[in-house]
Amino acid sequence: MSFLDFLRGHKKTSASIAKDRLQLILINERGSGRNAPDFLPQMQKELIAVISKYVQISPDDIKVNLDRQDSLEVLEVKIEMPQPEARN
Amino acid sequence: MARIVVVTSGKGGVGKTTTSASFSAGLAMRGHKTVVIDFDVGLRNLDLIMGCERRVVYDFVNVIQGEATLNQALIRDKQLENLYILPASQTRDKDALTREGVEKVLTDLAAMDFEYIVCDSPAGIETGAVMASYFADDALVVTNPEVSSVRDSDRILGILSAKSRRAEQGDEPIKEHLLLTRYNPKRVADGEMLSLSDIEDILRIRLIGVIPESETVLQASNQGIPAIHIRDSDVAQAYQDVVARYLGEEKPLRFVDYEKPGLLKRLFGGK
Repeated sequence: MSFLDFLRGHKKTSASIAKDRLQLILINERGSGRNAPDFLPQMQKELIAVISKYVQISPDDIKVNLDRQDSLEVLEVKIEMPQPEARN
Repeated sequence: MARIVVVTSGKGGVGKTTTSASFSAGLAMRGHKTVVIDFDVGLRNLDLIMGCERRVVYDFVNVIQGEATLNQALIRDKQLENLYILPASQTRDKDALTREGVEKVLTDLAAMDFEYIVCDSPAGIETGAVMASYFADDALVVTNPEVSSVRDSDRILGILSAKSRRAEQGDEPIKEHLLLTRYNPKRVADGEMLSLSDIEDILRIRLIGVIPESETVLQASNQGIPAIHIRDSDVAQAYQDVVARYLGEEKPLRFVDYEKPGLLKRLFGGK
């Protein structure tokens, strides 16, 4: 760091900029990349197939999502059931 | 049982082949019967780095396709009698590496009493790279202290944990080791280069060693001698430490701290 930089106050080094950029981009990419739940789309299809055997639903009624917070992973499956028809 | 080690990185030019050559030579120097396989079909280079390019007759793809036996294709290292090289093919297309073919070669090598099978992965995430890592027990993830290399290593870690035999069979995952190469302690001290702790923070895998940036690597490849053989060089010592740590020994990190030249202080004792 040059003397001028020193006078201007503590400037961010390029290495710390690199670290910040990497951390930001990798958080995003890991969501769909590292330890990737590749199986999610396939699982969604299969769930639709199974549920369709019993209830009439459209593919859009099932939402599958994987959330990760630190070491905790939450697999969220949301199924919107059609309004049951009134009997009698 | 043979242990299969993949040397991988995602990004090209970070030191995979240099590492494969020195790591396999290091294992052999420690008395372990070792074979190193070049998975870079079409862009063979391990033979040049190991200095056996003029002795290549048959290659990995010839063996897979049944045109040669393993014994015909394996090249014995000129310096270490328990080190063998299986070169990549120059001309065939990458689809020549089938999963069954690779598996058979690895099984046959294990039956020949090889203790370590080192797989030198090509760059990228195509067939060759996937095949090199699919059967691995351990991985050396070679990374430069540079943003694109770190990002690619992260991608590769994702592939190792999802698309390997161990992952698919639900076995214990591949043991991943971070190997930092081309590390320049002075530039780190000046804030111009990501530090090893920065990279450990980001990738969150165990560090197995740091290879300093050095002219030795080019001198070694010029002559076709694995860098671990270049006597008294920092690179050779750093690779020897990597091999020792891989074999379970405790070795303090060297060549990671910037001091006045000649005074290489040992840092981070133990870890």
